[in-house]
Amino acid sequence: MSRAKRIFHQFGSPPWLFRFAGWLIPWLWLVCIALGAWGLWWGLLIAPPDYLQGESVRIMYLHVPSAWMSYSIYLLMAIFGFCALVWHVRAAEIMAMASAPIGAAFTLVTLVTGSLWGRPTWGTYWVWDARLTSELVLLFLYLGVMGLHSAFDEPRKGARAAALLSLVGLVNIPIIHYSVVWWNTLHQPGSVGVDGSSIHPSMLWPLLIVALAAKFYYGANLLSRTRVRLLEENRHRRWARAWVTGGID
Amino acid sequence: MSGRVLLPLLRRDLLLAYRRRTELLLPLVFLLVVVSLFPLGVGPGPQVLARIAVGVIWIAALLATVVSLDGLFRSDFEDGSLEQVAVSGHSLARVALVKALVHWLVAGLPIVLLSPLLAIWMNLPEGGLGALVASLALGTPTLSLLGAIGAALTVSLNRGGQLLSLLVFPLYVPILILATSAVSSATDSLPYNGQLGLLAAGLVAALTLAPMAIAAALKLSLE
Repeated sequence: MSRAKRIFHQFGSPPWLFRFAGWLIPWLWLVCIALGAWGLWWGLLIAPPDYLQGESVRIMYLHVPSAWMSYSIYLLMAIFGFCALVWHVRAAEIMAMASAPIGAAFTLVTLVTGSLWGRPTWGTYWVWDARLTSELVLLFLYLGVMGLHSAFDEPRKGARAAALLSLVGLVNIPIIHYSVVWWNTLHQPGSVGVDGSSIHPSMLWPLLIVALAAKFYYGANLLSRTRVRLLEENRHRRWARAWVTGGID
Repeated sequence: MSGRVLLPLLRRDLLLAYRRRTELLLPLVFLLVVVSLFPLGVGPGPQVLARIAVGVIWIAALLATVVSLDGLFRSDFEDGSLEQVAVSGHSLARVALVKALVHWLVAGLPIVLLSPLLAIWMNLPEGGLGALVASLALGTPTLSLLGAIGAALTVSLNRGGQLLSLLVFPLYVPILILATSAVSSATDSLPYNGQLGLLAAGLVAALTLAPMAIAAALKLSLE
């Protein structure tokens, strides 16, 4: 059996995935907390205030990483969902459904920090601006996926239905985004792109560090949720019972 | 699957729809009631009504579509005929396309036909009527196709109706934006071909992609 194939089968095995996640989670948390503390300390205390927005610009160090995460988690959820639907990978089903609440939480954080930032800079908590609106629609898409998943009595069936919905949403997200941008835009265009950035490095570096910390947070949270779900679904298996009663990791 | 099977299916579904006339009329009555509430809510001033006319008519059309979607696969699912079609070996995607077509004929087309009346009620400015009818004619089939995905996903749930609206309204956002923008351009005597073109593009995309998603969702629900 080839190496790639073996790894693929290992991920399909609940006890292996449970143990592997249990081993990995502390490291993810460690990196997440270290990077998060470093990036936030740099961003909130050391980085210079904006010449126009003053100290309120520091909300950016939470707002922008959350906004990046809100979209990338949706993409990952849809990829997991695709694997679940096409290859019937149980672990992918679980991870797709575990991603939804995390992504929804990041979307909510983006909306809340954005509206708190909007008050001092735009003079209002909420405007029907393109990015705000598409972020709100994204939250509804997440809530739809979560609602559909929980509406089914059989968790597996619900996960597969919700995975299909997430794929439909993935096709629609660019269309929704561009239609809303075309409809009304007030928000500044993106400042950080692949070909460079219009943010000064003294503010960009802490931003990127917090963004990286957010990715590790997602990884740790995703694997923790996956472990709980694996235990729940395998509660009749010997390895799960042994772990719960004997504390064998 | 050839037309030999699709046409009888189309005829059967239309006949069933005709036999359940009251059920069919309810979403349309709902549409009329919703639109008629707006003048009561915002006041009968012609200027105010003219300003919000297109938004009100389109949102009422979205609501009426979702109300009628809940029953799209329900009775076929409950009496087992959907399962029979699924195991018959015919392409479920084409069956889904026929179902969406029937839904549009009985729930979408009447909205298009009623829209001139709604335009008069809401005092839609003169130049906007053509654009309103055209945007509804191009937009409502897409609503039926996208909505059928949601209906197929929720058909095996007991209370799928409320969930259905949460699933499909976010998908309807681009259609609502394009359609209302077309009518606003028309009332301002601006060209609106671009918006109608994009609506038509959306319809073509939905026609090609949605049936596959509906078929996959139906297979999941029948598991």
